[in-house]
Amino acid sequence: MNIAPSAAGARIVGLGEYQPSNVVTNDDLAKRVDTSDEWIQSRVGIKERRIAGPDDTVVSMAVAAGGKALADSGLAPEDIDLVIVATCTLTEQIPNAAARVAAQLGVSAPGAFDVNAACAGFSYALGLANDAIRAGSSRNALVIGSEKLSEVIDWDDRSTCVIFADGAGAAVVSAAETPGIGPVVWGSSGERAQKIHLREGKYLYQEGQAVFRWATTELNAVAEEALRRAGVAPTDLHAFVPHQANLRIIESIARKLGAPQAIIARDIVTAGNTSSASIPLALARMAGRGELPSGSLVLVMGFGAGLSYSAQVLEIP
Amino acid sequence: MAQHTEQEILDGLGEIIDEIAGVPAAEVTPEKSFVDDLDIDSLSMVEIAVAAQDKFGVEIPDDQLKDLKTVQDVVNFIQK
Repeated sequence: MNIAPSAAGARIVGLGEYQPSNVVTNDDLAKRVDTSDEWIQSRVGIKERRIAGPDDTVVSMAVAAGGKALADSGLAPEDIDLVIVATCTLTEQIPNAAARVAAQLGVSAPGAFDVNAACAGFSYALGLANDAIRAGSSRNALVIGSEKLSEVIDWDDRSTCVIFADGAGAAVVSAAETPGIGPVVWGSSGERAQKIHLREGKYLYQEGQAVFRWATTELNAVAEEALRRAGVAPTDLHAFVPHQANLRIIESIARKLGAPQAIIARDIVTAGNTSSASIPLALARMAGRGELPSGSLVLVMGFGAGLSYSAQVLEIP
Repeated sequence: MAQHTEQEILDGLGEIIDEIAGVPAAEVTPEKSFVDDLDIDSLSMVEIAVAAQDKFGVEIPDDQLKDLKTVQDVVNFIQK
């Protein structure tokens, strides 16, 4: 074989997001289940969330977010050669979401596949895109997290219906002369698979205390390893954008990060927990508010069902 | 493992609960109920259990945690 040299690095060149228009407040939920605005805000940190309307699907939300990320990147659909959709709530599993999303965006014949690593999915997918570009298998990739968790929520279960929400976020990743995405640090703990699963195959269930304990005691090591592998000190971070699982988990991990200067993403307050969509959704919304200057370093970390987890450092375009 | 006296454990729990839940250590007395008297919720209980494990070297699993209603219950668990 005689293989052409591949890219030295890859970097994010565009971000986009989509949220359903339907806002559901804590007071709205308190009309249906025994809960309150005070309880939800103190335990989970959410004030309101977006829930999909009848026309919002995993594919349609991915298309909306992906289209915005493409526009933000300045690339044309025909420039994209790889589309990866991270999702764990695609009800129609065949065909996959990625091929349909690509076709609707006018991306011609890309590699297209879905990734299911639950709430860690976007970070996994970003790691795959980064590796594909650096290996020469892709030049420009579209990476999307899209979730319609409202489909797997028991709306009479007050322990879950107050947490989860719908939405999508996307990033365009392109070959670059200098790396703008650090090595992904990913892993799983399948012996604890039952901690978060679909009850009766239908409704999302989690052991809240066990998940909280896992997230607040074991994930700082993952974050530290992602920083170490990227050669970035905690004090170099401009922002920490973890999966928006629960504000108390986010703040506990952030406190131990050794990065007191870093902005901590608190997108959950108005977006809820959108699983694999939460990191790109938060990134795009923070960038939209001007909170992520060009060249700043951001640590992202996903974690959830599997149990699975994944983290890497990004440089903002 | 070194045994801790009841007073050492009480003092340590007072510090932990002050730090995690913002309850003054002086209010952390044996008869107090976490939920009813100290207004500590289930997630804070996990944080307190983890901090107590770091401090006293005794693991308090989630399934046992729900049975520890009062400060004295936690002191007894750590001592046994």
